[in-house]
Amino acid sequence: MSAKRIAEGGRIDRSSMLQFQWDGRSMSGHPGDTLASALLASNEKVLARSFKYHRPRGIMSCGVEESGAIVTVGEGARRDPNVKATMQELYDGLVASGQNAWPNVRQDIGSVNSLISRFLSAGFYYKTFMGLPPFETGKGTGIWMWYEKFIRKAAGMGTASREPDPDQYEHGHLFCDLLVVGGGPAGMSAALAAAEYGLEVILVEQDRELGGDLLGQQGSDVETRRSELVGALENAGVKIMTRTTAFGLYDYGTAGLLENVTDHLAKPNEFLPRHRFWTLRAAQTILATGGLERHIAFDNNDRPGVMNASAGRTYLNRYGVLAGEQVIVATNNDSAYRCALDLSSAGAEVTLLDARAKVPPRLLEMIGDQGISLMTNSAPLSAKGLNSITSLEVAGSAASGWRSKGQEDCDLLLVSGGWSPVVNLMSHRGVRPVWNAENACFVTNDIHEGIRMSGSAMGVWHTSDCEDSGTAAGEAAAKALGASTGSGRSVTASPPIGGWEMPIKPLYEVKIENRSSKALVDPQHDVTTEDIRLAHREGFVSVEHLKRYTTLGMSTDGGKMGNIIGLALMAEAMGCEIPDVGTTTFRPPYTPVSIGALRGRSVDEHFRPLRRTPMHDWNLANGATMTMAGLWHRPWYFAREGETITEAYIRETETTRKTVGLCDVTSLGKIAVQGPDATEFLNRIYTNPFAKLPIGKARYGIMLRDDGFVMDDGTTWRLSETDYFMTTTTAHAGKVMAWLEELLQTRWSDLRVHVTTVSEQWAGSAVAGPQSRAVLEACVTDPSVMSDDAFPFMGVRETTLKDDIPCRIARISFSGEMAYEVYVPSDYAPAMMDMLHQEATAVEGCLYGLEALGALRIEKGHVTGAELDGRVTIEDAGLGKMASANKSYIGSALRKRPEMVRDDRPQLVGIFPKNKSEKFNAGTILCKKEEVSGLGEGWITGVTHSPALGHWIGIGFIKGGYKAWENQQAVGADPVRSNQVEVEIVSPHMYDPTGERMYG
Amino acid sequence: MIRINCPFCGERDHSEFTYGGDASIVYPALDASEEEWHDAVYLRENIRGMQSETWHHVSGCRMWLVVQRDTVTHEIRSVRAAHEDYAKLFSDPAEEQS
Ligand SMILES: [Zn+2]
Repeated sequence: MSAKRIAEGGRIDRSSMLQFQWDGRSMSGHPGDTLASALLASNEKVLARSFKYHRPRGIMSCGVEESGAIVTVGEGARRDPNVKATMQELYDGLVASGQNAWPNVRQDIGSVNSLISRFLSAGFYYKTFMGLPPFETGKGTGIWMWYEKFIRKAAGMGTASREPDPDQYEHGHLFCDLLVVGGGPAGMSAALAAAEYGLEVILVEQDRELGGDLLGQQGSDVETRRSELVGALENAGVKIMTRTTAFGLYDYGTAGLLENVTDHLAKPNEFLPRHRFWTLRAAQTILATGGLERHIAFDNNDRPGVMNASAGRTYLNRYGVLAGEQVIVATNNDSAYRCALDLSSAGAEVTLLDARAKVPPRLLEMIGDQGISLMTNSAPLSAKGLNSITSLEVAGSAASGWRSKGQEDCDLLLVSGGWSPVVNLMSHRGVRPVWNAENACFVTNDIHEGIRMSGSAMGVWHTSDCEDSGTAAGEAAAKALGASTGSGRSVTASPPIGGWEMPIKPLYEVKIENRSSKALVDPQHDVTTEDIRLAHREGFVSVEHLKRYTTLGMSTDGGKMGNIIGLALMAEAMGCEIPDVGTTTFRPPYTPVSIGALRGRSVDEHFRPLRRTPMHDWNLANGATMTMAGLWHRPWYFAREGETITEAYIRETETTRKTVGLCDVTSLGKIAVQGPDATEFLNRIYTNPFAKLPIGKARYGIMLRDDGFVMDDGTTWRLSETDYFMTTTTAHAGKVMAWLEELLQTRWSDLRVHVTTVSEQWAGSAVAGPQSRAVLEACVTDPSVMSDDAFPFMGVRETTLKDDIPCRIARISFSGEMAYEVYVPSDYAPAMMDMLHQEATAVEGCLYGLEALGALRIEKGHVTGAELDGRVTIEDAGLGKMASANKSYIGSALRKRPEMVRDDRPQLVGIFPKNKSEKFNAGTILCKKEEVSGLGEGWITGVTHSPALGHWIGIGFIKGGYKAWENQQAVGADPVRSNQVEVEIVSPHMYDPTGERMYG
Repeated sequence: MIRINCPFCGERDHSEFTYGGDASIVYPALDASEEEWHDAVYLRENIRGMQSETWHHVSGCRMWLVVQRDTVTHEIRSVRAAHEDYAKLFSDPAEEQS
């Protein structure tokens, strides 16, 4: 037996040789080959091992539905598993290997699984390892989790590279009047017709070239017609995108396209992306996605050497490979006769089995004198041979069902079980296909959202009919967009569905009662006919459940091979018809999309936007080590020579409390709240009174959500009667702005208030510590404005720094020290920092970063985003006194609900280690000492070493607050890091609780 | 991949917007009862069909919009500014999305 390259013919360039590696062996092929056709030409039979049973697998198709030749392509960082050899174009130097087998696909230890296959039936894993419901934590599920890694290893598909992806990927957008998906006879005709009406048309084709089924047909007239169409498309200005798959259709005429740019190139230009991910928006869409030939379930129907009939024909006509010498073509419809004829003309000995009793006279005539032996009423029953087919046991139709009628030798079995129109993309739009009994297939020929089907995708079989169907669809799309019939062409009507001379004989499974068989329905996941029947016996009646239980249709081909057979078997078991069983919904993607294409350029530093403050460069120049805070880059600490991060932030904290520290606080959200009703507006959104805030004063405020939980906090400065400057936390700046806009536009449109984000306009620095006033006095133009009387705690001044730099200063404190926040227009940021830094240095002050900022605020028990996580009430945060009893505000109604005012809610506390030399981590769970389990009694949100107290401290929440824990022993449990520390629960105001330093 | 015809900016991809919520809710006065607030905050119809909802053109003009959208098909029947005064600036035909 052998497959071989024939002497001439095909769309390959025989003048040129390509060398490639298959499983470490050197082989060759030609430009125009796929990996599959080149391997077939080299007579490689076993290319893979199946998922569960490690059955030998060869090439089963020539397209995207391939379920046999699933291989690994590439090496090192570019190793790509689960590639369909039928879709991989050959290039010089390609390296491919078999997968899911050891030591290789030809001799595979794992194939012993097939001996115990009866233990690996549908739902086996669930039944055995997952325990019975209810899944008790740590019992059934735990056992499953323990076994899972071994099962995955034994079953597994290929393994991806563990190295970072070295390739680049791009995202792009496209717009057009008409998108045509599929470049076969129907798609080309549709695109041409529409373009002739003046439409802007994009035609996408997953293959390397246009032609579709024409590429697999024989005869010079076929190529003449194909080139005519391609030429006409180019002349008509149609944008043709080959190697591009429309993997999904979405709302409003949006299609997702994956363009393969370099996977077929030996040495791609390094500036080219590997894939492009296109978002295309089309006013109209035509799906000319063709059809896929169906398999038939019979014993060993997955043996290497069994493939679909159209693939056998395509390998011959397109790739010049005769896949066998002694060929049996088994069919239940007209379409395989042309295949039998082509292979016979190429020198193969061909036997045709037709499951039907009668054969159309024209087909009989066509194969008449070619020496093809025809057996009617016949079908494949059992394939013999292990690593490749050696003979076929043939079934003949009996009074009821089938009987064996002997064996026929063969080295290739080509099967046609009918055709399934590719309705996947229409299914993405929620359209359920309907069963067409006459042609034994699901079709969707309705027009939906400007999407039309044409050609084989709607069940039209003949090439010439497909062209007419495409033309009709193209014209209809043009007219739907209002194009006139100016092309002089009379508007075409699509030929009806079908076109075979004699009807198909529905045939999904061939078996003999009480004879055991291994007939694959979904070869990629090793789902057998028996698995389907077992699922039915166990009570699965819904197709969606059947699918999940047996994993039918859940492999990388997405059910292209097995779905219809599975439905048919289910219908038989249930005693009903296929449409009564239903159909599964196809979901995107039609074929796999690389993760790289999904992420595009959003990787590494481009993974998310980066925000820098106007003093970013200044911070770096002054020794900052930066860290991420949300999208912001902020100074983390300013290490001096030889200092660790801990040493640095402790020094910064100490210095700030002793003299003065400067910190970039630009990332705080800043909102200008302006207008005659601004005061009323603020009074409604903050829990505390704002109605009487004097001009020139700031107030700390808390805002709640409608449901009464804390949304954000910050200070708001009154600059004039109608002008406020609001600051928010860094984390919630965007959310607060959108919330204010929502309130003003949707609820309180009577309020005359305008809100503007000015976060980018003002650069800010905290000036904190006992020497802060001295530093500012030295920096402002008029030092007298800084005096304690002129500028009391919570005061606000608009003044100038030296050199006439306009500034806003508020005397507010996050650190607990006497402190100010100074803002200047962003362009002045470096100038301000130079000035402040010079004066701070003069009094032995320093710069501090986020780490010291955290230490200072934790010592004081001030909350940030880590505490205000959306689950916290104002009382939980220890700020209940901020909630006014004399006014109504957002959240005031719902914050008093019984659950929200319970005494035992987790409340803000400070945490000390009992043994002061110990430390704990943020994220630690607080538990009763004698009860370290489950969710505990509380949690730690922030931890720092406190230079003021001389030991590690934390801030967090615990049920009932610190007073409830005065006589209780608590531990901080950190099971992940295996740490357990006895702790003391204290007031969150751990340092200077009366605030003397701040007012001083 | 919904597209929303913002009255201020024109037709834009939904990725420029954020979804707000049910636009039919009339929020009670701030001093209304806990029950009234509870109903306004928590009780929602689960509409199959045309629904009135708010969207924020957050990466555009920052305006809040009221959108009539079919929850089954995503068809958008109309878009208008949520703020009454702005809505009045636009004549009726502009409110309808073709
Ligand atoms: Zn807008």
